[in-house]
Amino acid sequence: MPVILQGLITIIIGVGGCVGYFYLSNLILDRFIFPAKGENIGRNINRANAVRPWLFLFPAIFVLGLYLVYPVIGSFIRSLYGRNPDTFVGFDNYALLFAGGDFTTAFLNNMLWVLFVPSASTFIGLVVAQLTDQLSWGNIAKSLIFMPMAISFVGASLIWKFVYANDADIGLINAVRAFAGFENPIDVMQIPFWNNFFLMVILVWIQTGFAMVILSAALRGIPEETIEAAILDGANPFQIFFKIKVPQILPTIMVVWTTITVLVLKVFDIVYTMTGGNFGTEILPSYMMDFMFRDDGRATAIAFVIMIVVLPVMFWNIREARKEMR
Amino acid sequence: MADLKLTDVAKAYGNVKVLEHINLDVTKGELIVFVGPSGCGKSTLLRMIAGLEKITAGTLEIDGQVVNDVPPSQRGIAMVFQSYALYPHMTVRDNMAFSLKIAKKSKDEINERVENAARILQLDPYLDRLPKALSGGQRQRVAIGRAIVRDPKVYLFDEPLSNLDAALRVATRIEIAQLKEQMPDSTMVYVTHDQIEAMTLADRIVVLAGGGISQVGSPLELYEKPENEFVAQFIGSPAMNLLSGKIVETGERTVIRMDGGGTAVSHYPSTESDKGAEVKVGVRPEDFAVAEGADYLFEGKVDIVEALGEVTLLYFKTPDTSMEDMEKGDAAVIAKLQGVHQNLRGREVRLSADPARVHLFRNGRSLLYR
Repeated sequence: MPVILQGLITIIIGVGGCVGYFYLSNLILDRFIFPAKGENIGRNINRANAVRPWLFLFPAIFVLGLYLVYPVIGSFIRSLYGRNPDTFVGFDNYALLFAGGDFTTAFLNNMLWVLFVPSASTFIGLVVAQLTDQLSWGNIAKSLIFMPMAISFVGASLIWKFVYANDADIGLINAVRAFAGFENPIDVMQIPFWNNFFLMVILVWIQTGFAMVILSAALRGIPEETIEAAILDGANPFQIFFKIKVPQILPTIMVVWTTITVLVLKVFDIVYTMTGGNFGTEILPSYMMDFMFRDDGRATAIAFVIMIVVLPVMFWNIREARKEMR
Repeated sequence: MADLKLTDVAKAYGNVKVLEHINLDVTKGELIVFVGPSGCGKSTLLRMIAGLEKITAGTLEIDGQVVNDVPPSQRGIAMVFQSYALYPHMTVRDNMAFSLKIAKKSKDEINERVENAARILQLDPYLDRLPKALSGGQRQRVAIGRAIVRDPKVYLFDEPLSNLDAALRVATRIEIAQLKEQMPDSTMVYVTHDQIEAMTLADRIVVLAGGGISQVGSPLELYEKPENEFVAQFIGSPAMNLLSGKIVETGERTVIRMDGGGTAVSHYPSTESDKGAEVKVGVRPEDFAVAEGADYLFEGKVDIVEALGEVTLLYFKTPDTSMEDMEKGDAAVIAKLQGVHQNLRGREVRLSADPARVHLFRNGRSLLYR
């Protein structure tokens, strides 16, 4: 069967299935379970209407339950077992993590990432959004800055591998150094502590576009009159930006910030491709990947720690986003 | 000494001329109102005075100093916006204090000025609230307070009442009038499309139309002696009726034979050379009365009667009024009679008017101004 036909059939079955589900389930509810006739007609209609939202919610709840809630519980249970899925070890995996060593490094590095990447991305994105709005070629600049968003983390890492390459003929950084008169090329990936920041720059490069697009829309939503009023009040462009514009879009800034924070706690690709977690650049997600398929108990324990770290941020993020929508 | 002087001011966006040849002297302490239909450039003119729009040509002087290129904040003006334009993240106090903080005034001075403005506007209880916790009228008062604390030479109001509901609009209008009385030395420029606001607030009204000033004068001057057909129809509601006729007698008084029959007599003087000229006879709806003798100015069949108790509005269908014109509310002749008049619908009615209240226009301009 040609692929296109398969696709078509899938779409028809999928969409038809949805329509069929909603139609039939409502039909059964209205005709057989609580029919709108007989002596209890009023009560039946009320009950049918009380049940109806759940009919619509059911598919989403079911799928979320299957693919989200079940895996979380499953992972937790798995994290209580050792390398061999049959040996119950209790909280040993967690105890091992907190005993120190690589996990501590990864955890502390991750804290650095969480502090640096969201703040840098949001700040640069905000400044770029403000500056490009004033330029005739601002939209071109925006497209260029947004473009890294379309590149996968691995792809981006490969690009930056060239930038950081330990060779003045390939690596941009070493080329600049050579131009400035330094003789020997250096491998920035091996500079202790600072190599973390060279890795973070990659994610900042990717995420700035995201922050810029959202914040640019928010900036445009600020009522023009408040800015004009500030001009009349004698505020200079800096004061207008920091005292009038930024406070008005603060909720959006916080949503962007937390969204990137959540992302930072998930990205393992960059570290995995660039250093493989060597030279003290390990972070939680890449540390988890180190154990995956070799010691699933440990890996799921790390996954669980990551989830617990992300949860409050996530919770706050959703609450803020909801407030925005109102 | 003119506090605000516009000399041959013009505004163009590229090749599109929005305003041209604006000449205006506003004296200190005057409240001047710009009115005009939407798109006439009244807000643009105000924004040019504020410095939010560049002046394409001409000069703008405030207090004898040319300020064309002076930044808005140094022109000695303060503006109140239609949408209030309050800073949503600041309390009422901070909103009012913002310009003073920017100007690096001392804390004591800021407090004193803010509290003084709050007292004038009765905003004391709300000083620590955010704008979103205030009603529309209170917000507008905060916006006015923000202007007051700056102690400007000229206040600019850009349709400040348009966002308020009808009852609040009347109340706030009166508040603005009282505010003006408390500050007799401040010059105010007020933009509105609402002629009631214009008539009640203004010392002088500037009617803007077609990219220029149509007429400048006190409210009653505009009402009693409109310079042209536009002002005649713009001021007053319902609009003045304009009927065609030919001058048959000239002199101290002018007699016109109406195209629809009838005869009009006007106190507008005319010269011998006007004899036979085609003119428009303008009569305000409220100046019409039912003709008692044989003389009448207008005769027509009553199409619609609107009895409002206090007055009765009669809409006449004239031979040259189409249904569309009726719907737009113009071209139909309207008479506003005092008191209640019943059973007039469908009847032929003859109307006359006091010669002192009959206006004459030739080629769009009043015969009084030539």
